[in-house]
Amino acid sequence: MSVTTRQLAEVATLARLQLRAEQAESVTRSINEILGLVDQLQALDLQQVAPMAHPRDEVQRMRTDEVTETNQRAAFQAVAPAADEGLYVVPPVIE
Amino acid sequence: MTQSIRSLASDLRQGKTSAVELTQDYLQRIQQLDGQLNSYITVAPERALAQAQAADDRLSKADAPLLCGIPIAHKDIFCTRDLTTTCGSKMLANFVPPYNATVVERMDANGAVTLGKTNCDEFAMGSSNENSFFGAVKNPWDLNCVPGGSSGGSAAAVAAALCVAATGTDTGGSIRQPAAFCGITGLKPTYGRVSRLGMVAYASSLDQGGVMAKSADDCAILLEAMAGFDPKDSTSSEHATTRYSEQLSTPIAGLRIGLPRQYFNDQLDTKMSGLLQDALRELERLGAQLIDIDLQQTGLAIPAYYIIAPAEASTNLSRYDGVRYGYRCSDPKDLQDLYVRSRSEGFGAEVQRRILVGTYALSSGYYDAYYGQAQRARRLIAQDFAKAFAQVDVIASPTTPGPAFGLNDKTQDPVAMYLEDIYTLAVNLAGLPGLSMPAGFYDHRPVGLQLLGNHFDEATLLRTAHQYQQTTDWHTQRPGLIAGGDA
Repeated sequence: MSVTTRQLAEVATLARLQLRAEQAESVTRSINEILGLVDQLQALDLQQVAPMAHPRDEVQRMRTDEVTETNQRAAFQAVAPAADEGLYVVPPVIE
Repeated sequence: MTQSIRSLASDLRQGKTSAVELTQDYLQRIQQLDGQLNSYITVAPERALAQAQAADDRLSKADAPLLCGIPIAHKDIFCTRDLTTTCGSKMLANFVPPYNATVVERMDANGAVTLGKTNCDEFAMGSSNENSFFGAVKNPWDLNCVPGGSSGGSAAAVAAALCVAATGTDTGGSIRQPAAFCGITGLKPTYGRVSRLGMVAYASSLDQGGVMAKSADDCAILLEAMAGFDPKDSTSSEHATTRYSEQLSTPIAGLRIGLPRQYFNDQLDTKMSGLLQDALRELERLGAQLIDIDLQQTGLAIPAYYIIAPAEASTNLSRYDGVRYGYRCSDPKDLQDLYVRSRSEGFGAEVQRRILVGTYALSSGYYDAYYGQAQRARRLIAQDFAKAFAQVDVIASPTTPGPAFGLNDKTQDPVAMYLEDIYTLAVNLAGLPGLSMPAGFYDHRPVGLQLLGNHFDEATLLRTAHQYQQTTDWHTQRPGLIAGGDA
C-alpha cells in the first residue's frame, strides 16, 4: 500500500501537523518507503493468530478506586505556556 | 576515572576520596571534554554538589548503599523535579517537571549523585542520536562517527568517563545499540521490571528503562537499585526482584547458549562474524554449550515494529498541544492554529514522520490491515522466542550489523536507519531482557555481542557477561576522543 500527497495531507490534519507544500513530496516519498518496508506483513494470512497488545500477554493491573493524589494545580500550571487565575489560556473558541 | 562502582564505593568508605571530590572531578571532565562530544544537554553542578555533600554525610554515619556518592547521569527522558527535562526536543526545551521519575527517585534514595541529563534522539526516536534538537553526539572512539541512539549521550558519557554510569531507555535497541557502538555494557530489562512512571513515553508497550555502564558488575548494582514493583505504573510487574549483584560469581559451566541461524547467516559482515565467533568461543571455553537454534519469524520483527512503535507514538505524542506544557507557537489565530503550529514547530522531522505513519496505520479503514496485522505478527515473534527458551538459557547474537557508522551517513534514508535495529527490536516486541557487552574492535571501533534472556532472567544475562569480562579486557579499554580513531 502507498499514500498520495493528498491522502497524507488528510492524515496530517488528523495528527494536527502541517504538511508544508515544499516538503510534501519528500515526506510522502519517505513515508512510502517506510510503508514499503512494512508491506510484507500484508501478504501474510494471520487471521487465526490473536493480536498481542502486551509484550508478556498480561492485562494491566487495576487499582482500587480511592483518592490518593492531592490537588497540585499550581505546580502543574507553573509549567504551562499561559495560565491565569487557575485556568489555561487559549485563543477564543467561541466568537 | 576507570574505576568500578565497587572500587569507588570502597575508596569513599576508606576516605581515599569523598563524594564531593569525585563529583568535582567529573564536573571538571565534563567541562573540559564534553565540548567535543555533546553528550550532555544539561549539567547541574550545584544540584550535584549538594547531593554529593549529602552523600558524604550519609557515608560518614551508617551503612550507606553501594551507589551512595557515585556520580551518574540520567538520559534526558527521565523526569527530574526542578531540573529541565527536554527529551531532546524543542517541544520540551524549557520543560521543568514538577515530579521525579521513579527511576530517578530510586537512584536518589540510594544516594547516587546526578551530574546532569544526557543527550538523546528526540523522544527517543532514532538510532544515531542525530535527531536531537540539541545537536548530534559524537562517538568518543571516533569523533566522525555516531554514538548510536537513542541513548547516545548516555553511552558516549559513560565511555568517555564523563559519569560513572548512566540510565537509558530502550524501545527497539536504544540502550543496546549505543552501548555496542561506544564499547560499554548496556542492559534493557524485561518489560515491567523497571518503572515507566516519569519516563516520557514513546511507545508504551515497548519502552523500558535500563542501565549503561562500563561492566556487567556495575550494571547489576544499578539494576538492583532501580528494579522492582511500582504501584504508580500500571504496567510495572510484581514479579520478585533478586540480588543481581550477588549472583555474578557463579560460573557459567553448562549454560546453554542458542545461536539463531537467522542472525548468524551470510548476510552478516564477515569481519563482524569473526569477532563475534571469537567471543562465542570464549564463552564456550568458560563452559557454555553453544547450540544452533531457529527464530523462524525474525523477518517479521522490523515490519511489525515499524507499525506498532509509530502507532503508539502518534497516540502518546498527541498530548503535546501547546496548552498544558511544552512549546507554544507565537500569536495563534485560533485553537486549531495553536495546536497545528505548536506541534509542527515543536517536533523535529523524524518525530513528525513517525506520527504521520502511526496516524495513518491507526486511521479508519487501515487499522486492521496495519496495526491489527502487526499485533498478530508480534504474537508469532513472541512464540518463536518462547520455543527457543525451552531449548536454551540464553540467546547470543550481534547487537548491530556493523560498528558505528559515520555522522550524516544515514540521515537522508530513514529505512537504512531503521535496518540498524534488525537484531535488537524483536526483543522489545516480546518484552524480553537483552544485554550488549563489548566483544572486540572492528578497526578502531568497538562492537557488541548481544545476549537475550527469558522474561525476568536478567540475573543470567548479567552473570554471563560478568564471567566473560573476568577473562577478557574489551570492557576495560577506553576511547581516545580522536577523529578517525587513529589513537
